[in-house]
Amino acid sequence: MKRRNFLKACVIGGATITLGKTNKGWASGSFEGYPEAMGVLVDTTRCIGCRSCEAACNKEQNLPEPETSFTDKSVFEENRRPTSTAYTVVNEYEKKASEGPVYRKIQCNHCNEPACLTSCFVNAYTKTKEGAVIYNPKICVGCRNCMIACPFNVPGYSYESATNPVVKKCILCYDTRLKNGRPPACVEICPQEALTFGHRADLVKLAHERIRENPERYYDHVYGEKEVGGTSWMYLSRVPFDKIGFDTTLSNDPIISNVKDFLGMVPMVLSIWPALFSGIHLLSKKEGHDDHGHHNEPGQEG
Amino acid sequence: MPSFRTFILAALALSLMATQAWSTSLPDSVTLNQNGKLYKPFSFDHAKHISLIKECSDCHHHTTGTLVTDPNCVRCHANSSPTAVVSCKGCHSSTPFSPATLAEKREAKGRYHLDKIGLKGAMHENCIGCHSKRSQGPVGCQECHPRTKDGDAFYNADKQARGPAAKHAKSE
Repeated sequence: MKRRNFLKACVIGGATITLGKTNKGWASGSFEGYPEAMGVLVDTTRCIGCRSCEAACNKEQNLPEPETSFTDKSVFEENRRPTSTAYTVVNEYEKKASEGPVYRKIQCNHCNEPACLTSCFVNAYTKTKEGAVIYNPKICVGCRNCMIACPFNVPGYSYESATNPVVKKCILCYDTRLKNGRPPACVEICPQEALTFGHRADLVKLAHERIRENPERYYDHVYGEKEVGGTSWMYLSRVPFDKIGFDTTLSNDPIISNVKDFLGMVPMVLSIWPALFSGIHLLSKKEGHDDHGHHNEPGQEG
Repeated sequence: MPSFRTFILAALALSLMATQAWSTSLPDSVTLNQNGKLYKPFSFDHAKHISLIKECSDCHHHTTGTLVTDPNCVRCHANSSPTAVVSCKGCHSSTPFSPATLAEKREAKGRYHLDKIGLKGAMHENCIGCHSKRSQGPVGCQECHPRTKDGDAFYNADKQARGPAAKHAKSE
């Protein structure tokens, strides 16, 4: 093959790869979740802070015994976050409100376009068609990129494991329940039905209907409907969401939108640049050759 | 053509029959949580609640024929007659999120009551909601239904005393 043809092929091939990748990146910005994705609507106006969901999660996922009983209400004295041994926690807010405190269950929100998945360089994460964001602990190398990427500070890390520390989080009971169409353990145990399980698209409608029918009961916003591109878990509240620990500064764009333009350049840099610059380099050298002895070339090629 | 008197008599007879039917079928007590695994079954004093509240619709909505006042219900049930089934489980499903129930809901897109709470949720919301509003009656889990041995294990109840903040802990 002639050198010129080889270089041409390199450039064309590189450009094709680059364009292909970038188009895929652009398309992801308008992804609104799988049509059949399930979800959970958390109605914090119904939650009474019984912590049954925490106990159910602990048993379903075979997590280690808790430090204190799940009936211990003193845990509400501090603001907790999910850990590698407790995939869901309930916190208490508005402690001095005359209408009583507001309880908020925290777990992985199972984003439509998960930042953890985007950030994971070994592809340990999967967004299933049922809506769950699951991960393969066998692939996880424990880099904790996902912990930094998650806009909700959800993934926990098993620091206590010296040999194989991995990231751990709620998987929407995918293996044991969701896969078979059953609701997660926390939803099933909730005495107040503060957690409503169903198709995400239906839950969005249902949430707005609750607000419309009881405007005095709800703050007019469904958290998670649009935040970071939408999440499978969504919330209703009596008070503005920033008062019960939600980050209300998050954009409606998925986290991937912040990086995809930049990431789209990586294949270009990797494929086009080497070809382009070695091409320029070789061409400049070739010009040098031309000056000295053009008549030698047929002999070399033959 | 039937006279006005016949009409009144018929109406009276009907209402009498209805009252009789009610008094014979009204339970004085109902055993709730019959299949409870974590909490024991317990007896709900229906008679006491009737004498205290008097208004059936406070719990039974429109199903007993009493007029409802909730503007969301009045839209359709302003003149509702008593329904055949008035028990909670007659309308509120014990499996609100099972694949079968969800599939049924998806089919019935025209139905208004798509957001109908399940049986367990309906009872807890109704009981705890009213008890806290009136500051009267039990609101803690074990005040109504004591935990079973399985329940103790499920909630790791034995871990109560050992916690660092155990001195603040209330046993519900």
